[in-house]
Amino acid sequence: MSWQKTADAVVIGGGMMGMATAYYLAKLGMKDVVLLEKNTVASGATGRCAAAFRSTWGGELNIILGKACIDKYEKLSEELGMDIGLYQNGYLFIAYSDEQVENFKKCIKLQNSLGVPSRMLSHDEAKELCPGINLNGTKGFYWHKRDGHADPMLTNFAHQEAAKREGVNIQKFTDVTGFKMTEGAVKGVCTNKGDIDTNIVINAAGAWAGRVAALAGLSIPVHGERHEILATEPVEFGVCPTFLMSYDPDFYMQQRPHGSIIAGCGPSRYRKEAAPFNDYEMGDCWNFLEHMTGVMNKVLPRTKGIRVVRQWSGMYDITPDMQPVIGEAEEMKGFWMNVSGSRGFMFGPVAGEMVAEQIILGKTSLPIEKFHWSRYARGEFLVDTAIA
Amino acid sequence: MSECNCSCDENFKELDFEKMEDDIIVCRCEEITMKEIREWIPKGYDTFDELKRLLRVGMGPCQGRGCRDIILREISKMTGVPVCDIPSGTIRPPVKPIKSSLTASKGGEYE
Ligand SMILES: Cc1cc2nc3c(=O)[nH]c(=O)nc-3n(C[C@H](O)[C@H](O)[C@H](O)COP(=O)(O)OP(=O)(O)OC[C@H]3O[C@@H](n4cnc5c(N)ncnc54)[C@H](O)[C@@H]3O)c2cc1C
Ligand code: FES
Repeated sequence: MSWQKTADAVVIGGGMMGMATAYYLAKLGMKDVVLLEKNTVASGATGRCAAAFRSTWGGELNIILGKACIDKYEKLSEELGMDIGLYQNGYLFIAYSDEQVENFKKCIKLQNSLGVPSRMLSHDEAKELCPGINLNGTKGFYWHKRDGHADPMLTNFAHQEAAKREGVNIQKFTDVTGFKMTEGAVKGVCTNKGDIDTNIVINAAGAWAGRVAALAGLSIPVHGERHEILATEPVEFGVCPTFLMSYDPDFYMQQRPHGSIIAGCGPSRYRKEAAPFNDYEMGDCWNFLEHMTGVMNKVLPRTKGIRVVRQWSGMYDITPDMQPVIGEAEEMKGFWMNVSGSRGFMFGPVAGEMVAEQIILGKTSLPIEKFHWSRYARGEFLVDTAIA
Repeated sequence: MSECNCSCDENFKELDFEKMEDDIIVCRCEEITMKEIREWIPKGYDTFDELKRLLRVGMGPCQGRGCRDIILREISKMTGVPVCDIPSGTIRPPVKPIKSSLTASKGGEYE
């Protein structure tokens, strides 16, 4: 695709959030949409994530949006014309304390009231769902069938192919280095390949979005935190037929339809010192491998003989309340943020569509206005008790 | 040099090498053919990691030892970019697949 010097909108970041935004902007009728990616598409958090989606959240807004995400995911392969590797058999949430069971019950009540039929499962039901699970120490389970996972890279690329068909100009190895601005409005983007004049910029640079915003003189609290994850050799399907998730100790485990088991957890579990606030260093550590395989063997003893093929890391896009940061900058007209708060895989398609609707139609079909970061200046945090 | 009287030479000429190569399994771990690689390179998936994320080449137990070089050569052939200038992708630990019980923290505890 050739370089263009002007555009109706420029999207920064080729992960799920950015690619979906570019796709929907073009689909809703915007003519000249350019997407800039510093590395390659799906090279950021999106291509490194666990790619799970759920409506089983603990806050009203997240449950409503989570439901919309599932509705979308169920139709994505068809809409985009490319298989995204969808697999739906729920998250099996595991509680290891009575306190967690109480939280589950509260979440279920709220979810049920909003049309998400999640429910507590007995130990027998959990065992039926995931026959290899070790029940020692577990206090309770809950589950919602339509939660699930997909292939994150295929989902990202499926959006890329669909965006290309809609006419989006995608430029990889293109690093945004600054902005052109006049009295409180953005006028263009500067990159290592040249400038593009535009009145609309959407910053979907994930964990790097705070840094990109700083290039426009905006202070928006988004930073990176390295999370590690591993994959095993493919084994017969059925070792982990549902997405296992626990908040404390925090871990998740899943088996992809082609057989690999994928497992991960938060950094506080295996790092001796707290992660630095802005930890943009990709890397893989022994402590993670040791800790994670230990947990995996304990939760699913039948994984003991299964070999780990690969471990890697990716950047969570952290915000102060671990909730999305979305909207137009009050002090910089035309400068938009679309950051997920570390759930950008599942949230990408819906967030992309909503931001495109807001920009083109001036209104959205789902409520996203509460995600504006001006809430932080007012001392408001969005609360959800179901965030790991 | 003595000439052979059979028709093998002609048969040889008739073989369509390009087409034959299409069916070759380039990535044995993930069973990906040359044809699939050749289909996606012109669509812009012209670095090893992009093909890896799209087709899973290099994600198998050998982590690309068997397929990386063949794929880099094919990208070079199709794009005209010298192999040394094509991003060759990340190689991740462990070096060899290792039984999870051998690395597992021995306490066997969650913490
Ligand atoms: C191990 C792990 C597991 C996860 N599991 C899940 C999960 O199960 N479900 C879920 O929903 N989420 C999960 N997440 C979170 C999810 O991956 C991220 O929230 C999501 O991928 C963010 O998408 P994004 O498009 O905003 O960012 P990214 O995918 O990181 O894309 C941002 C892109 O911006 C580019 N960029 C940065 N700076 C510039 C610049 N100056 N110029 C041009 N381009 C730039 C980067 O190269 C990058 O490609 C997980 C994350 C990790 C690390
Ligand atoms: S041959 Fe491609 S990963 Fe092993």
